[in-house]
Amino acid sequence: MTEVLSAPSGGGTHGGALLEVEDLHVEFRTRAGVAKAVNGVTYRVDAGETLAVLGESGSGKSVTAQTIMGILDMPPGKVTGGQIRFRGVDLLKMPDDQRRKIRGEGISMVFQDALSALNPVFPVGWQIAEMFRMHRGTSRSEAKKKAVELMDRVRIPAARDRANDYPHQFSGGMRQRIMIAMAIALDPEILIADEPTTALDVTVQAQIMGLLAELQRDSNMGLILITHDLGVVADVADKIAVMYGGRIVEEAPVHDLYRRPAHPYSKGLLESIPRVDLKGHELYAIKGMPPNLLDMPSGCAFHPRCPYRRDNCVTDVPALYPIDGARGSACHYWREVLDGDSR
Amino acid sequence: MATPAEPILEVRDLVKHFPLTQGILFKRQIGAIKAVDGVSFDLHRGETLGVVGESGCGKSTLAKLLMALERPTSGSVRINGRDITTARGGDLKRMRRNIQMVMQDPYTSLNPRMTVGDIVGEPFEIHSEVAPKGDRRRRVQELLEVVGLNPDHINRYPHQFSGGQRQRIGIARGLALRPEIIICDEPVSALDVSIQAQVMNLLESLQKEFELAYIFIAHDLSVVRHISHRVAVMYLGKIVEIGRDAEIYDGPTHPYTQALLSAVPVPDPEGREQRQRIILQGDPPSPANPPSGCRFRTRCWKAQEICAEQEPALEIRPGSPHSSACHFAEVRDVVGSG
Repeated sequence: MTEVLSAPSGGGTHGGALLEVEDLHVEFRTRAGVAKAVNGVTYRVDAGETLAVLGESGSGKSVTAQTIMGILDMPPGKVTGGQIRFRGVDLLKMPDDQRRKIRGEGISMVFQDALSALNPVFPVGWQIAEMFRMHRGTSRSEAKKKAVELMDRVRIPAARDRANDYPHQFSGGMRQRIMIAMAIALDPEILIADEPTTALDVTVQAQIMGLLAELQRDSNMGLILITHDLGVVADVADKIAVMYGGRIVEEAPVHDLYRRPAHPYSKGLLESIPRVDLKGHELYAIKGMPPNLLDMPSGCAFHPRCPYRRDNCVTDVPALYPIDGARGSACHYWREVLDGDSR
Repeated sequence: MATPAEPILEVRDLVKHFPLTQGILFKRQIGAIKAVDGVSFDLHRGETLGVVGESGCGKSTLAKLLMALERPTSGSVRINGRDITTARGGDLKRMRRNIQMVMQDPYTSLNPRMTVGDIVGEPFEIHSEVAPKGDRRRRVQELLEVVGLNPDHINRYPHQFSGGQRQRIGIARGLALRPEIIICDEPVSALDVSIQAQVMNLLESLQKEFELAYIFIAHDLSVVRHISHRVAVMYLGKIVEIGRDAEIYDGPTHPYTQALLSAVPVPDPEGREQRQRIILQGDPPSPANPPSGCRFRTRCWKAQEICAEQEPALEIRPGSPHSSACHFAEVRDVVGSG
């Protein structure tokens, strides 16, 4: 019953920049004030490439994804600046009907909690088939047939019979497979997976990550994986964007980031992972707590928690300084961080 | 690791079946969810026993049984030699002073309408002999200080604190009665990564200071390894393997433990292409109708006829230097540490 798989291979083919997010700003108008959730995020994803967006709750990683998908609640959300270019066209300037066409066919998304993302009152086969009926005008019976094929493809056993079951009749892992089936139904070029395995057990998590990697290999999709799990990132990502306080604080190819982080926050995260050889010692802990979006610290948002802090960190917002071509770090003192003792 | 002769907590053959009934007026029992089905272990003073397993394996029911929040179907839980499962009234109340709990979700386990002082001080209301009325405020402030909170915040409400701080409030409440045993049910899984380490460090320093014994329930295996002296792996209501942390992590002998460990993503991309991974097929079977013999056999790659016929006992075997419940127990290094 068990197969032994090796982890997916790294590196993807780099074509043109399929999706480019540039200097995106998103804020929420709340009664308590303006919460600046995304403060100038820039990243790009190519076909076949896996970008992991790493960050804690409130870092803006999911809001960025929702803005790309065009599913952000507006109001209270508001895009105050920037561009999201898909195949060179700015999605933010696109009329709604065109944008709807891109959703699903160009870019699609898998959510964290499949039970609340699926409609409880319709059979799962019907929900998957809806993608074909709405976007392609496929007939009911044809759409149903395609839905069953997709359920087969994401390896739901006895797909033909189970297509008539409702979401609550499936286990967590199977529900996540159904969501993935819906997301890949129209062969999107970019798949955004927002914490796809956070709600699942480890053994099921391994199944789902394996499935995503396989689907990506088959169709050469670009994958944006949003997560807070440093283990999952190390397993599948080609490059990583670390977010903190609505900004990207470090961007790097996966091996570089784990070997030699260049931002104090990413370094702190890596050092706080419990390690076998340090058992019995106190864990390294980043002191303090994540920033309040309503009242962001001045200068570098990480400065109240940062061991490398100097006076100018309190006043000057660091740009994402380029480091030997492929990487970037938003820390005035990235050289010190990079040269500090590595893991 | 402290291992005095007398264990502080002895659990023997603990069983909890939840009845499944049918009919409205005349309820008939048509089966049972076997949530915990024959669990035995000891816990010593100052020791941490990690309990790992997937959702539905019975970890949280086990926690409730130890706290006597649920009555077991059979079996015993002895705290300092006295059985809490049969205790009633004042006896039970006194025994509960000695075993306290820290919950998973600091957002729902604190009453939003009570101040921090009331929350942390509530155990003193119930066990008024521990702290006389006039002394309570000072005691609560001491507790807040112990867990690293500002004692001046005693009149604040839970919503004024962050997730990590709320978990500290929950820990302070657990400490209030000076228990010898604290059950931590997923104490860090609701917290952000950068905050998890802070809470883990707090739990460890409190253990040293007060010689606490922890039952540490979690699904994050690296967190469990860091804090535990011994680890028990549960599957469908049973312990399938138990041993010292290094024995379980470096030389697991039960196929389920091996699969579980190999499924954990390693936070290091180095050599990920070569990493071998055991991917289990399917989901765990229903605890209402567990497989005959070994419960893991339906997902196991080693299963043979004997596995369906004979239930493997949790014991030391030729292939396993620590207790393992597999007929074919054999050491296998799955994490590839060397």
